Amino acid sequence: MSGSNAAGTGALTAGRGAAVASVLGAAVAAAFLFSDYHLFQLTLVVVYAIAILGLTIVTGFNGQISLGHGAFYAIGAYTTAILMDRYDMPYWATLPFSAVVCAGVGFLIGLPALRLGGLYLALTTFALAVATPQVLKHKLIEDYTGGVQGIVISKPDPPFDLPIDADQWLYLFTLAVGCVMFLLAWNLLRGRIGRAMMAIRDHAVAAEAMGIDIAMLKTRTFAVSAMFTGIAGSLGAIAVQFVAPDSFSVFLSIFLFVGLVVGGVASIPGAIYGALFIQFVPNVADQLSKAAPGAVYGILLIAVLYLAPGGAAGFVRSMTRRLCRMVRPGG
Amino acid sequence: MDGLIHQILSGIATGGIYASVALALVMIYQATHHVNFAQGEMATFSTYIALTLIQAGLSYWVAFAATFVISFVMGVLIERVLMRPMANAPILSSVGVFIGLLLIFSSISGWIFGYTIKTFPSPFETSKPLLGGYVSGHELGSTAVTLVVLLSVYLFFRHTRLGLAMRAAAYNPASARLVGIRVGWMLALGWGLAAGIGAIAGCMVAPIVFLDPNMMAGILLYSFAGALLGGIGNPLGAVLGGFAVGVIENLGGAYLVGTELKLTLALVIIVAVLVVKPSGLLGKAVQSRV
Repeated sequence: MSGSNAAGTGALTAGRGAAVASVLGAAVAAAFLFSDYHLFQLTLVVVYAIAILGLTIVTGFNGQISLGHGAFYAIGAYTTAILMDRYDMPYWATLPFSAVVCAGVGFLIGLPALRLGGLYLALTTFALAVATPQVLKHKLIEDYTGGVQGIVISKPDPPFDLPIDADQWLYLFTLAVGCVMFLLAWNLLRGRIGRAMMAIRDHAVAAEAMGIDIAMLKTRTFAVSAMFTGIAGSLGAIAVQFVAPDSFSVFLSIFLFVGLVVGGVASIPGAIYGALFIQFVPNVADQLSKAAPGAVYGILLIAVLYLAPGGAAGFVRSMTRRLCRMVRPGG
Repeated sequence: MDGLIHQILSGIATGGIYASVALALVMIYQATHHVNFAQGEMATFSTYIALTLIQAGLSYWVAFAATFVISFVMGVLIERVLMRPMANAPILSSVGVFIGLLLIFSSISGWIFGYTIKTFPSPFETSKPLLGGYVSGHELGSTAVTLVVLLSVYLFFRHTRLGLAMRAAAYNPASARLVGIRVGWMLALGWGLAAGIGAIAGCMVAPIVFLDPNMMAGILLYSFAGALLGGIGNPLGAVLGGFAVGVIENLGGAYLVGTELKLTLALVIIVAVLVVKPSGLLGKAVQSRV
């Protein structure tokens, strides 16, 4: 877990800058190369990447296990849907609202659970994830949430008469928000607060001795992480144009967790690998049987934990390192 | 008043099921400090096995016993094969393995037995209500079964050599190993017992809630709440907590929040315990040295 450089939080070197630029270039180019359906899938990849990034911050860099981030995804999605549906707010203006709402809820949930170590947060968040669909269906808030039926929202049109269609605009908008979120995360994690988070993860007692307010920082980290996942939920709702309680079952939280572990727990690019995994592997596995995605997820999750605890990001890292050594012998 | 008594009694009946699952959770927690998130899905899978055996023509109680044995072996195998290498791994890895198990068991159940909701037979007379109409025969019978299970677990741990060895292995593995107890196998036995108890709870609850691959998700949640309420490191506390949660759930569902928010009640109990008394009613407060 040591070596923050290797985890993608270090300074921007020339090589890494080139890698980021080329991935970004390819991502933008994809908007003009793929069909609408594939573009929709890529939009969801960006959405999941932001959601998993939230988990990366709290689990990977702060060592707190959350099994309930699907709940924050749901809260973000519903905040956006309600604001657009009931208050005719433009889609982009709903994002700050869901950020604030999710951070607030995250703070409140984290407050009791994080005072205690390890498993208690996992338990509480798991309970939160299981209870979420029920709360969303409840008749007291049915006027706002649409109950079991959920809310249908309309697809945003591209602004300024840009010569692109709605799917392309949606993808590019999501991508732009995604870039901002990744930049924010990168900035947060490589600075003083990020180091404090990692200190808590690696040695809580030592971190406390250095003057870090453990409980407060943990709770704040959890709130930030909830905010990231909540914004992802908002973007997801805009992309799917529909929210309903049953799309936010406990399995959403579990899939995000699987994406986190398979992508690489303490790694910023790992969030992208994880998102690609949870978006595309079920499509492949679905062709085998309805039950196959769950089984494939479960088996791969256990296999990764045993064989490659660094996940896909750890694998890519060791491959690039090996490649560099081959290109520059002795370097 | 009649309604209240009825709610309390059926709360005790479901509470017995939560108590058994909570006991299974605490048994594993005490020995390994792991919380088995897959406990519910494992129990559901066992219940499907019981249903298959019954449909194959075995009598209920023979199928019941066979299911217990199969689940026991399954639990032992999981400990030996999957959990043993994780003994000293960070919490994230063990939670990850449990989540993996949850996914695997849930999809295997769906794959083999289908996603349609199935009815599960009850071995007890259900046609006429008992005790002046307050409880159904199944409620009474399942409460009796859970009480027998809890009592035999208590007697086993209290009055047998093997039970003593298992307690020693959980309490102080290093010293237990020094006096010749095979600690690894004791953990595996604990896993087997927990899986078996889970299977019994699954068979007892299936006639009430019907059988589908996600049957135990809510029950596991209440059992978590029960275990936390009683103190997660204390078996007796977990059992009492399970019963208490059953009663709270039924009363709350009937008079307070309605059936639609019953699961949220479990979340509220968990958060309330963590805020008010994190060690639970009977648990020992954990102090960490700084």
